[in-house]
Amino acid sequence: MLKTFPKGGVHPAEGKYSAGSAIEALPLPKIVSIPIAQHIGAPSKPIVAKGDKIKVGDKIAESAGFVSANIHSSVSGTVVKIDNVLDSSGYKRPCVIIDVEGDEWNEGIDKSSLIKKEISLTDKEIINKINESGIVGLGGATFPSHVKLSVPDGKKIDVLIINGVECEPYLTSDHRLMLEKAEEMLIGIQILMKALSVNIALIGVENNKPDAISHLQNVVKEYPGIEVHALKVQYPQGGEKQLIKALINREVPSGALPLDVGAVVHNVGTAFAVYEAVQKNKPLFERVVTLTGESVKKPSNFMVRIGAPVTDLVEAAGGLPEDTGKIINGGPMMGKAVNSLEVPVVKGTSGILIMPAEESKRKKESNCIRCAKCVSVCPQGLEPFLLNKLAQLEINDKLETGGVMDCIECGSCAYTCPAGLPLLDYIRLGKSRVSQIIRLRKQ
Amino acid sequence: MSTTILFTIISLSAIGAIAAIILYFVAQKFKVYEDPRIDQVEEILPAANCGGCGYPGCRGFAEAMVKADDLSPFYCPVGGNETMAQAAEILGKAVEAKDPLVAVVRCSGSPNHRPRVNEYDGASSCTISSSLYSGETGCQYGCLGLGDCVDVCDFDAIYMDQETGLPVVIDDNCTACGACVKVCPNDIIELRKKNKKDRKIFVSCVNMDKGGIAKKACEVACIGCKACVKVCAYDAITVENFLAYIDPNKCKLCRKCVEVCPTNAILEINFPPRKVKLETEKATKAEPAKTETK
Repeated sequence: MLKTFPKGGVHPAEGKYSAGSAIEALPLPKIVSIPIAQHIGAPSKPIVAKGDKIKVGDKIAESAGFVSANIHSSVSGTVVKIDNVLDSSGYKRPCVIIDVEGDEWNEGIDKSSLIKKEISLTDKEIINKINESGIVGLGGATFPSHVKLSVPDGKKIDVLIINGVECEPYLTSDHRLMLEKAEEMLIGIQILMKALSVNIALIGVENNKPDAISHLQNVVKEYPGIEVHALKVQYPQGGEKQLIKALINREVPSGALPLDVGAVVHNVGTAFAVYEAVQKNKPLFERVVTLTGESVKKPSNFMVRIGAPVTDLVEAAGGLPEDTGKIINGGPMMGKAVNSLEVPVVKGTSGILIMPAEESKRKKESNCIRCAKCVSVCPQGLEPFLLNKLAQLEINDKLETGGVMDCIECGSCAYTCPAGLPLLDYIRLGKSRVSQIIRLRKQ
Repeated sequence: MSTTILFTIISLSAIGAIAAIILYFVAQKFKVYEDPRIDQVEEILPAANCGGCGYPGCRGFAEAMVKADDLSPFYCPVGGNETMAQAAEILGKAVEAKDPLVAVVRCSGSPNHRPRVNEYDGASSCTISSSLYSGETGCQYGCLGLGDCVDVCDFDAIYMDQETGLPVVIDDNCTACGACVKVCPNDIIELRKKNKKDRKIFVSCVNMDKGGIAKKACEVACIGCKACVKVCAYDAITVENFLAYIDPNKCKLCRKCVEVCPTNAILEINFPPRKVKLETEKATKAEPAKTETK
């Protein structure tokens, strides 16, 4: 019996068309726009000016506070300007725009593909290095990684959980990374274990990736303390709280963080980025992005420089299909449609999904029939139909007691709703209102 | 049989009488004194309970007014100066007359002027749409056209024009309660002075992009050219972030700015037609104004 989380969940069609395509480097873009706000927390402060010559890996924006991250140039060239550019948030936001000239890397970066195993840095130095390299959670939430590694006094972490679940349909970037960069990733995990001073790391992988599981199980033998666990396929297993429950059967209480139950969760992509930062001195300026979709000619996994426009990926995968209806940044469940092909790839872009017009339309809305399907699929044990109504009526006190802040926005409720109600849209609205109230109350 | 009925009646009456006496004394003991003026003031308030005054409903407003020494911070936008004068009379305090306000929609981006570049099929709410992205057009500041302002209006004073996709305020119904101003995620609606004959001059745009970008997204956007600033004799117009703003307290409704605006971003509403004007100019001016006057 495979492990999974006990409450709720759905199983959408997987559509992992790009699972068989090896990671290939995307040709260098001609121009990149690197947003200064790519992470959760304070936007970084740009430290370059128009006309500056920069190399790959040079820092271009400095972290502004503890919960923030440095941003490095992904290309070499000249800074054209710092201007507002439409990004995946759907709004124009400040970006550093760089004209690409050649591909000259910062001298400090070790470009060789030699695998470096021994970890020479101490735990403090590792966290500093990760902070300096601008690493954020690459699963999509983009929470600065050094914050997760800085465990507050009085808390004890005993297990590191590595998220290789990739429960989002269509996306395969983590899957390919586990197949192709397993060794590097495992060293990355060892580095994270040293930073947190834990002896156990559990990698959770869903059972729809048997090749990745068997490959990891072979390689992992040389790395004591790390275990690979196959998990039953169920969305949203990649959610932090769900994965902790599935792997170590601990429940993160409402309003608490995983570190309150002694666990820290990092994504496999983050572990790989940590390896590159610590062992190769390479800051986070590129990542694996899946470009996929039913009608896409060549569903692929690309190693993409941050700031490259989405249109470059689409071209490399055989152009935009004629029946395109929506282009989604992320997967079909939690991703968000972009309103231009020019939006740049950012640290949180795990995939670009091109959906045919037919499939991308929302269901026609009708009345709630009180079937309670949304209640039974909610992995957090909430009552989405009720939260939806309360949010529409702006009954904020009941929303709060109804646990709206526990919603992980996985979208299972709206996916399953036979009446096609936009449940998550309203719950998210209610959540933002309630969080504002909570913030004001604290002041 | 009859004795049973008699006994029942007598015993029930006795219980009733005793309960009444107890309740009387309890009511005396726990009586809460309430200023009778609160009821009097509440009586004259419009009972719209819209919250436009900033208090939870008309009763809350009446209570606050009775308690306060100075009535100057209070104003019932629905009742207006007349109601405030009556309330002041009851309370024996003085109140100054305030200029009545009316909501204006500061966006003229109909599909003709502001082409749609994508399609939104999510939940029909401006607030939700704005939390997801900048909207169906190239302008990220303008009206999203999903009608949150119409839903929130208690007075049927605002409706969606099907042709332009923009909300239109019915001046006579608008009480300036400010509900639409609060709900609009893009801050398009503003409460402005209600001038004589409902005449209004305002910049019907909130786009803060540079002129070129704004113009590209919308033909009738304010491009921040400052032509209006130069022509204004009363210093009523300021340009900040490439966007002009006409101060309603300084504006004397001379209409000079309307004439010079190259993009027709400044609207004049409820004015008589101009006497000497070039034919072409008149035609372009009349079009946006027509959509605004119901």
